[in-house]
Amino acid sequence: MGLDIRTPIGLLFAVVGAILVLSSFFLSSEVYRASLGININLWWGLVMLAFGLIMVFLGARRNGSPLE
Amino acid sequence: MKLTIVDWSIMLIYFVFVLGIGLALKRYMKTSTDFFLSGRSIPAWITGLAFISANLGAQEVIGMGASGAKYGIATSHFYWIGAIPAMAFIGVFMMPFYYGSRARSVPEYLKLRFDEKTRGLNAISFAVMTVFSSGISLYAVGLLLGSLLGWDFNFSVLVAAVIVLAYVFLGGLTSAIYNEVLQFFLIVFGFAPLVIIGLIDVGGWSGLQSRLVTVATSNGFGAGAWSESWAYMGSSSSNPMGVEWFGLAMGLGFVLSFGYWCTDFLVVQRAMAADSMSAARRTPLIAAIPKMFFPFLVILPGMIAIALTYQTGQSGFVLPAKADGSLNYDMAIPMMLGHYFPTGMLGVGLTALIASFMSGMAGNVTAFNTVWTYDIYQSYIKKGASDQHYLWMGRMATVFGIAISVAAAYLATRFNNIMDMLQLVFAFVNAPLFATFLLGMFWKRTTGHGAFVGLLSGTLAAAIHHGSTLPKGALVGIKGGWFGTLHMYPSEMAQNFWTAIFAWTTCFVVTIVVSLLTKPREEGELVGLVYSLTERPKDTESVWYRRPTILAAIVLAGALILNILFW
Repeated sequence: MGLDIRTPIGLLFAVVGAILVLSSFFLSSEVYRASLGININLWWGLVMLAFGLIMVFLGARRNGSPLE
Repeated sequence: MKLTIVDWSIMLIYFVFVLGIGLALKRYMKTSTDFFLSGRSIPAWITGLAFISANLGAQEVIGMGASGAKYGIATSHFYWIGAIPAMAFIGVFMMPFYYGSRARSVPEYLKLRFDEKTRGLNAISFAVMTVFSSGISLYAVGLLLGSLLGWDFNFSVLVAAVIVLAYVFLGGLTSAIYNEVLQFFLIVFGFAPLVIIGLIDVGGWSGLQSRLVTVATSNGFGAGAWSESWAYMGSSSSNPMGVEWFGLAMGLGFVLSFGYWCTDFLVVQRAMAADSMSAARRTPLIAAIPKMFFPFLVILPGMIAIALTYQTGQSGFVLPAKADGSLNYDMAIPMMLGHYFPTGMLGVGLTALIASFMSGMAGNVTAFNTVWTYDIYQSYIKKGASDQHYLWMGRMATVFGIAISVAAAYLATRFNNIMDMLQLVFAFVNAPLFATFLLGMFWKRTTGHGAFVGLLSGTLAAAIHHGSTLPKGALVGIKGGWFGTLHMYPSEMAQNFWTAIFAWTTCFVVTIVVSLLTKPREEGELVGLVYSLTERPKDTESVWYRRPTILAAIVLAGALILNILFW
């Protein structure tokens, strides 16, 4: 199939990760009481962002380069 | 559960991507093979992840969390002696016939191997079952989103149905498979932090173990009944599942798991879409690797939930009770998401849940439209039409399949018992299936008459067994006993396992007897369909990790180690 699935998955995770990271700058630390005081949005957002970028990279490498 | 704009935007972005994938794939859907079999062009890692995701609907996720709370780590038997050995078996032994015969569906394999009536029986019962199953899960999710987010039932059902319809209609099986892979990663990334935070909260695995002692002893079991998977399986009265090791190993480990993972077209279809024989064989084996670790993702949250519930006051977390006073275990996973996740992460967790529901439904829909078009429409209604016509019919089948599912979901809101009864009948039909495939693939003497009569008597045996036994504490009716109660099982699960064992054994014996009495087929016609008459597929892959047999050995060793670690 012409569409490499890694590209859309990577984009989705990169966008969602970025939203989480951004939100962590605006949310008060009060909301992290649920997550035992861990700023889970920041840390997990970074993990998702990194995973997303890796997938985008892998998808682009196989397809030639749709990124350019 | 209170959501903010962050959560809503994450959900919205997910919906945009799902539809975008469907739209992007539309132009590749040129022939019916593209639509129903993804043109047999998908690499193994994608079909492998789709293989487990198609099964991982929201009901599965919610159900495994619920069982984790209700039965503890013993729920992992559904994975470590259930799914994994069956997946190794289909990859190594059965896939060569499914993929090698070029059958386009599981019923079509039955037609090639046996005869028209066996295919017809399987195709029609499968088509009815998948459509109603997707209706039942539609209903369940409508209820869940209602109680969790306050969404209107009509709204939830229609939004989900329309989105699944759009992306399957546009991109066919490929669309469904791609979204299943997306859902796989969403579930992993949405639930992993839940497990991590939960484990930190209860003091790691050893902290959880010691908290579960309270749960076990207050329910009248030995201290480790919730945290040790095999130690309490010696007798059915010493574990909360109410099953003993033999019923567990034979009923769940052999009959039910092999029956599901090796013959259900919903999952087998993913492997049939693979781009080569080697990729098709690796599909279930690649799937088995993450599958092994799924108990940590979906069962552990349920175990943490029940541990916290039994420490009321200290944890601030309590599972809600149902009207009759028993705990509502189904709420374990949704409540845990709400308990530990702040806004933002909560959006990711809920999106994962919604994704798992939608891809579970899409799995049913793609299996349905294929069986309908190839095995019912092309075989009995309109033979010899053009390929474009069948492609069109596949799209139409997608539309009316979803329409029937929606109707079934509404039916379920009024007559809940009808749905329970349907699921019961499905269980009777499914239970004997693996005996038919096992004999068909590995004993060349098996005949079409044998298979057909065997299947019917297996289903009948299941019904008779269910009708003459009853789980402890249940009333005569949907739970069994309608012929009178010859035997009382300690739990519903034990009754289900033994129903399956009876059905399988009956089908196995009757198929052999009838086959011996009827005329066998010419051996020449069975080449490629039966083990002894087919050349063994060679492991031509040059690197070891691409060889099915080596992968299978690794997967089985992994499952064995996990069983021992959590014994």
